Amino acid sequence: MTVEDTARKGKGTVFVRMEVCKGCSYCIDFCPTHALDFSKEFNQKGYHFPELNRPEDCTGCDLCGLFCPDFAIFGARWKDLDEKRQQAASQVKL
Amino acid sequence: MSESLDLRLALAETELENPVLPYLRQDRIPHIWCPGCGIGTSVNCFCRALTDSGLDLNKVAIVSGIGCTGRTAGYLNLDSFHTTHGRAIPFATGLKLGNPELNVVVYSGDGDLFAIGGNHFFHAARRNMDILVICVNNFTYGMTGGQVAPTTPVGPTQTTMPLGNFESPFNLPFIADACGATYVSRWTVYHVRQLAKAMKEALGKKGFRFIEVMSPCPTLYSRRNRLGDGVDQVKYYKESSVIKNGADTKDIGLGFQGEIVVGKFVDRERPTWLESMNDHFSHVLGDQFTPYGVKPEGE
Amino acid sequence: MKADPKGVLSGVHFIDGDHAACEGALAAGCRFVAGYPITPSTEIVERFAARIPKVGGVFIQMEDELAASIAIQGGVWAGHKVMNVTSGPGLSLMMEHLGYAAMTETPCVWVDVQRGGPSTGLPTLPAQADMMQIKWGSHGDYEIIALSPNSPQECFDLMIKAFNLSEEYRCPVFLMMDEVVGHMTERVNIPPADQIEITDRKWTTKKPGEYKAYATTSEDLVPEMVKAGDGYRIHVTGLTHDERGYPAMDVPNQAKLIPRLLNKIRNNTEQLLDVRMDGCDDADVIVMSFGITSRVATAAIEAARAKGLKVGNLRLIICWPFPVKLIQQLAEKVKAFVVPELNMGQMVLEVRKAVEGKVKVISVPHPGGTVHEPETILEQIIEAAR
Ligand SMILES: Cc1ncc(C[n+]2csc(CCOP(=O)(O)OP(=O)(O)O)c2C)c(N)n1
Ligand code: SF4
Ligand code: SF4
Ligand code: SF4
Ligand SMILES: [Mg+2]
Repeated sequence: MTVEDTARKGKGTVFVRMEVCKGCSYCIDFCPTHALDFSKEFNQKGYHFPELNRPEDCTGCDLCGLFCPDFAIFGARWKDLDEKRQQAASQVKL
Repeated sequence: MSESLDLRLALAETELENPVLPYLRQDRIPHIWCPGCGIGTSVNCFCRALTDSGLDLNKVAIVSGIGCTGRTAGYLNLDSFHTTHGRAIPFATGLKLGNPELNVVVYSGDGDLFAIGGNHFFHAARRNMDILVICVNNFTYGMTGGQVAPTTPVGPTQTTMPLGNFESPFNLPFIADACGATYVSRWTVYHVRQLAKAMKEALGKKGFRFIEVMSPCPTLYSRRNRLGDGVDQVKYYKESSVIKNGADTKDIGLGFQGEIVVGKFVDRERPTWLESMNDHFSHVLGDQFTPYGVKPEGE
Repeated sequence: MKADPKGVLSGVHFIDGDHAACEGALAAGCRFVAGYPITPSTEIVERFAARIPKVGGVFIQMEDELAASIAIQGGVWAGHKVMNVTSGPGLSLMMEHLGYAAMTETPCVWVDVQRGGPSTGLPTLPAQADMMQIKWGSHGDYEIIALSPNSPQECFDLMIKAFNLSEEYRCPVFLMMDEVVGHMTERVNIPPADQIEITDRKWTTKKPGEYKAYATTSEDLVPEMVKAGDGYRIHVTGLTHDERGYPAMDVPNQAKLIPRLLNKIRNNTEQLLDVRMDGCDDADVIVMSFGITSRVATAAIEAARAKGLKVGNLRLIICWPFPVKLIQQLAEKVKAFVVPELNMGQMVLEVRKAVEGKVKVISVPHPGGTVHEPETILEQIIEAAR
C-alpha cells in the first residue's frame, strides 16, 4: 500500500502488513473512531485482517499500532507523512 | 501529481515501515505468541518507550527467564539474553555490575519472576540493584500449558487446580514496594499509552524499578475460564480499571475479574547497590580506592 | 599476554589453599565474583571480598547458589573473567547453570572445595566425591575440563591454568579442590606478573553485521566472542540455537550443535593431557590418583618400592577429559592399576572402561572425612603385584 493509493478523506491513515496479522481484533475494537473493520478475505494463515473502511474517521492516532501484538498495523497522520515526504524529497536528487 | 521513481522509493522506505520494526529481530518475526496474546502488545509499548527514551540502543541489554514472556529477549534487536527459569534477575545483576554503563532490562513472566525466581526479586529490590524489571502478568504459566501461578486469583480453573484455584495470590506492586523498589507501577495492555510512558519513565530512572503489565493469555487462561478471547479480557481491563496514582500498594491486590487499580504507586530515590559500594569504600579506603564503573571526569 | 600486575601479589607467602586459589584467580584477571558462602570454600570469597576493592572490581554475595552461578555468567557477557566458588550442597544447586554455561559457551571457572556428602554430609571434612557430578550432574550431554591440585601452590598455579583453559575452550573449567587442600597451609610462591602467562578472551575482529555469535570452522570448533554493549546485538540462549545464536529447536541444529560442544574438548584430549608420572616405564603396578589422595598415594608407593616392588606413580592434574589413551598404553605394560580416591569408586570406573578388562583394576575407596591411611593403599599395591 502506498500513500498515493489512499484518498485523503480523514486526518490520517493506516498501513497494514496483512500477512503477519493474526486477527485478534484489538485494532478494530479499540480504534477510538471505529474506522476499521475485518476484511472479507483471509490472509495466508487464515485470519481476517483489518481494513480502513471509514477512512474519513481515521485520525492517524496510531492507537491501533500500539495495540497490535503482531506489529501488523500502524497509523500515521497525513501531516506527519507530508513532513517525512518533504524530508525524503530533499534528500533525493531529482 | 506524478513523482520520479527515486522519490517513490524513498517514500516507501521512510513512510511504510512500522515504527517498531527496527527494534525487532525481523528475521525472527512472526513470533510464537498466540493470536490475541498480550505479550506482543507490551513489547510494542516497550519499543515505543525505547524510541522515546533517547537511549543508545547499543547500551541497552534485555534479559529474560523462561516462559512465553521469556521469549521476549529473543525478539528484541538488542543485546539479549534468554537465561534459565527464574534466574533472569541474578543474570541481569551480573551483567549490570560487570558493565555499569549498560541499561539492563529484565522482561519476564509472573511465574518466572515470582515463583521460581521470587527470592531473587526480593533481594535485587532490597539491594536496589540498578535494573528495570517488567513483569507480564497473565495469571498463569503460559508456556507449560496453564498451570496455577503465584498470581492466579482465587477461583479460576488451572490444569493443576482443576477444581478452581484456592491459593491466595501475590500482590506484585506491594511486594516490590515492601522490598524497596524505587519505581513501581501497574498497567494493563489496554493502557497502551500509559504503559509506554511508564516504561519510558522507568528506563530513565535509577535503581530497582518494577512495572507489572496485566496481559491476557487467551489460550490458557481466559478461554478455559469462559472469559472469552484476548480482546474480551482487554475489554474487562478497560471497564474495571481505575487509575489511582500514589495508591497504597497494600490496598491494590487483584481478585478474580474484580476491580483493577492501575497507576504509578512508588517513585522514590535511594542509592543503588553500586553507588552504596562506591561511597562506602571511598569513605573507608580513601585514595586507595578507585570508584568502580564510574567514568573518570571529562570522558 | 601477561598478567595485570594489579592482581598479582608477587612474593613468597605462607597461606592455605583457599587463599592461594583466590590469589590465583586475581592473578588470572578475575575481577568479578558473585558468591554464596559454604564451608570449606568460604575463605576464597572472603579473601576476594577483602582484596577486590583495592584491585578494582566487584564482589557481591548473592542470595543463593542459583543466583551466584548465573550472576557470574552475566558478568562474563559484560566482559569479565569470573569464578564460581562452592562446595557439595551448593554445587548441587548450581547444576542447571553448569549446563547453561556449557550450552552458551560462557567461559568461567568453577571451584569446588569438596567435602563429605551426600547432602549436608561432612561440612568441615574432605572428600573427592563430586568427580562424577561435575561431569554428569547437569542434564543432557556436555563436556567440561577439571583440574585437581594437591597443594596450596597448585591451587594458585592451576587456578591460572583453569582460567586460561576456560578462555581457550569457552567452557566451564573446574578446579577440584578438597577440604584438606583448601585448609592446608604451605609455602606459596607467587611469581612477578610478567612471568604469568594469561590467555585473553577469544574476541572477534569481525564487525557487527559480519559477526555470527556461534559460527565456527571445521578446524576451530570454538566460536569467537563479543560482549554486551559493543553494538553486536547478540542473542544468547540456553535453547538449542543456530550459528546466529537464535533458537533453532530441531533435529539438524541439535545434531550440529551438541557434537561440536563435545568435540571442541574431546578432539583436544591429547593437548589437554596433564599428568605427573614417576616410575611408570618399568612398573608392574601403577597407582593412579589425583588431588590430596596423590600425597598419601606417594607415601604408599615409596613404602612399596622399599619392599622391592616396581610401582609407578600416575597423578592426574587434568582429570576431565580423562586420559583414556594414556591408560590404554600403560595397560599394555602393567599387571594392574590401583586407584585410591576419597569416594566409593568414581574415577576408577574410567580406568576400568579404558583397560577393557585387559588388566586388573583395584579400587581403594574411602567414604571421606579424612584421607586414606597409606597402609590401606600399600596393602592393595601388594595385592595387585601378586
Ligand atoms: C527449572 C525449570 N523448571 C520448570 C520449567 C518449565 N517451565 C517453563 S516456563 C514455566 C512457567 C512460565 O510461566 P510464566 O513465567 O508466568 O511465563 P508465561 O509463559 O506465562 O509468560 C515453567 C514452569 C523450566 N523451564 N525450568
Ligand atoms: S490510526 Fe487511530 S483512528 Fe486510525 S485506525 Fe488506527 S486507531 Fe483508528
Ligand atoms: S491488532 Fe494486529 S494482529 Fe490483531 S487484528 Fe489488528 S492488525 Fe491483526
Ligand atoms: S499460551 Fe498464553 S501467554 Fe503463551 S503465547 Fe499463548 S496466549 Fe500468550
Ligand atoms: Mg505467566
